[in-house]
Amino acid sequence: MRGSLFRKNLVTTLLLAPAALWLVIFLVLPFIAIAIFSVGERAPEGGYQAALTFAQYANLPARATAFWNTMVLAPIGALACLLVAYPVAYYLALRAPDRWRLILLAMIVIPFWTSLLMRTYAWMYILGGRGIPALLAYVGIEDLRLINTPGAVLLGIVYGYLPLMILPIYVSLERLDRRLLEASADLGATPLSTFLGVTLRLSLPGVMTGFSLVMILLLGEYLIPTLLGGGKVFFIGNALVDLFLQSRNWPFGSAIAITLVLVSVVVLIIANRISTRLSGARRVDLI
Amino acid sequence: MPKSYRDGLPITPDKFVDQLMRLKRGSISRRDFLGLTGLGVATAVMARELGIMPTPAFAAENLGDRMSIATWPNYHDPQTFENFKAETGVAVEVNVFGSNEEMLAKLQAGGSGWSLFVPTNYTISTYKKLGIIEALNMAKLPNFDGKSEDSRFTAEGTIDGTIYAVPKNWGTTGFAVNTKKLTKPMSSWKEFWDTAMAEGDGRTMVHDYQLTTIGNALKYYGYSFNSLKQDELAKAEELLLKVKPHLFAVSSDYQPGMRAGDAWMTMCWTNDGAQLHRDIPEIAYVLGKEGGEIWTDFYAIPKDAPNKPAGYALLNYLMNPKVAVKEHLANGAPSTDARVNALLPKEVLDNPILYPAADLLKPLEFGAAATLTDPGRAELMARFKSA
Repeated sequence: MRGSLFRKNLVTTLLLAPAALWLVIFLVLPFIAIAIFSVGERAPEGGYQAALTFAQYANLPARATAFWNTMVLAPIGALACLLVAYPVAYYLALRAPDRWRLILLAMIVIPFWTSLLMRTYAWMYILGGRGIPALLAYVGIEDLRLINTPGAVLLGIVYGYLPLMILPIYVSLERLDRRLLEASADLGATPLSTFLGVTLRLSLPGVMTGFSLVMILLLGEYLIPTLLGGGKVFFIGNALVDLFLQSRNWPFGSAIAITLVLVSVVVLIIANRISTRLSGARRVDLI
Repeated sequence: MPKSYRDGLPITPDKFVDQLMRLKRGSISRRDFLGLTGLGVATAVMARELGIMPTPAFAAENLGDRMSIATWPNYHDPQTFENFKAETGVAVEVNVFGSNEEMLAKLQAGGSGWSLFVPTNYTISTYKKLGIIEALNMAKLPNFDGKSEDSRFTAEGTIDGTIYAVPKNWGTTGFAVNTKKLTKPMSSWKEFWDTAMAEGDGRTMVHDYQLTTIGNALKYYGYSFNSLKQDELAKAEELLLKVKPHLFAVSSDYQPGMRAGDAWMTMCWTNDGAQLHRDIPEIAYVLGKEGGEIWTDFYAIPKDAPNKPAGYALLNYLMNPKVAVKEHLANGAPSTDARVNALLPKEVLDNPILYPAADLLKPLEFGAAATLTDPGRAELMARFKSA
């Protein structure tokens, strides 16, 4: 009895070891290194020089605008994604013919296999002077500028992260017990109140998952604003890139990185709380 | 000069993806995106043939079969590296970079793997101070002739009588204007900034690079391009913050915007100015009469170079005037070497973009080493970009 329990534990340990090792080497150790850097000083020529100071954290307000830009953009971007994604996921899960569903899902996922940089770069040319504006010039709309506008950044974000929003919502809608919808209709609810009271409510965990996934990624985003916003809008991701690759201020960059990780964790915890409460408290099972 | 020396060069899927991933990791700055449009250069790299060809005669010198160079986009004739491989059996891997800061960041972090790289004049003293580059063994560079080099451009390669870097080419930083869209003739940085806030509203680009963007804002008031004085930098910041909402972009990837007609005016380096004007004649290259930057790019060898013999061999090969002349025809920047100038066609030597009039050159300043490491300028740039 004892022997078999020991063996069971050993097997579990061995099975978990590769993943644990991976996390320690590529997540925990780098994180510790960054934490150490963040209490250091910038060497005169850049880089890191050992010290024990919280000056870098005290200096965080110097990037307040970048944090603020990110905190505004991330929820707006995630919300825009959600508004586009929900109808698509709804159609896929509840309306699309069975034989089409897989093909449609594949069409959503396949573009995601291409690098985000490449897809965003393609938009640069579509929105640039030789793209849509050149087509519009044929019908008399001259000198229209689409690229490097806030709209272009939002478009890039929605396009880039849409699959991450569609898939979790699709999954939660797909598991929806259809009999609940019939029951709701039988009891006299209008289609709208069925949607609001049953469909939407039961898909909320999926919505929260998608929302927090997109939100977290947007907190670290720098590529899309650089390429489609012309580098005029500066997010915390851009601040990090500049601190490490241009001014080589590793300690300040590390302090910002740590702060960003903490903010992301808080966002994740809040999203998780809401999501658990929604799915837990309102759980409805027939039979 | 062919329309583009990159025409017809093959690109391997591996290299393409490598390049994209490198950009994705965060190398987005200065001339970087040109690297993307100039993927040919990065991939001209004979990596596709790595190790397949047998190593010929030079093997006796033990050059190995591969080396890596860090340089700027659109900066070499890819055929140069093909020929070097044919002669020595050494395949050259080309890494293109966005800014001097980025090269320094990589070398400071260690393990860059480069056996040769191309720093700009004002960075060399810092590299030497940090012990990152090696004093060159001139015995291994018989093709270099110090006497044929124009000393105006080469001084910063030599520190306390020791040569740490030898020049590749020089150039200037001015601005490019689409004269069909902005018809008023311009000749100064004051006009550049004023136009950016008026007729050029929403159509003007500045570099994503502290040295030139802050430097040329300082020139608006006639201050030194390299100023580190608090009050002067404060004035420059005031101007930059005022101009910010009127800009099309803060980016050193200005060729696509200018070519597509989205941008009408941009800060610009000689070689890009020459390429833009060659393809689109209405794009003019202007040097601000108040001054601005003049620069020289050098070749240097990192101390931790994994293949120094090949680094020296390639550097010596590039110092051969017959090889160098092709490099200049390809990248459109002027040479520092009288032996190379003697071989260049007349129309290149007469091109005022490459060789501006003496009175325009006179007020130009070389970048100062202090700007590279000054935290004040870095923070100013961050405030400008986040405003």
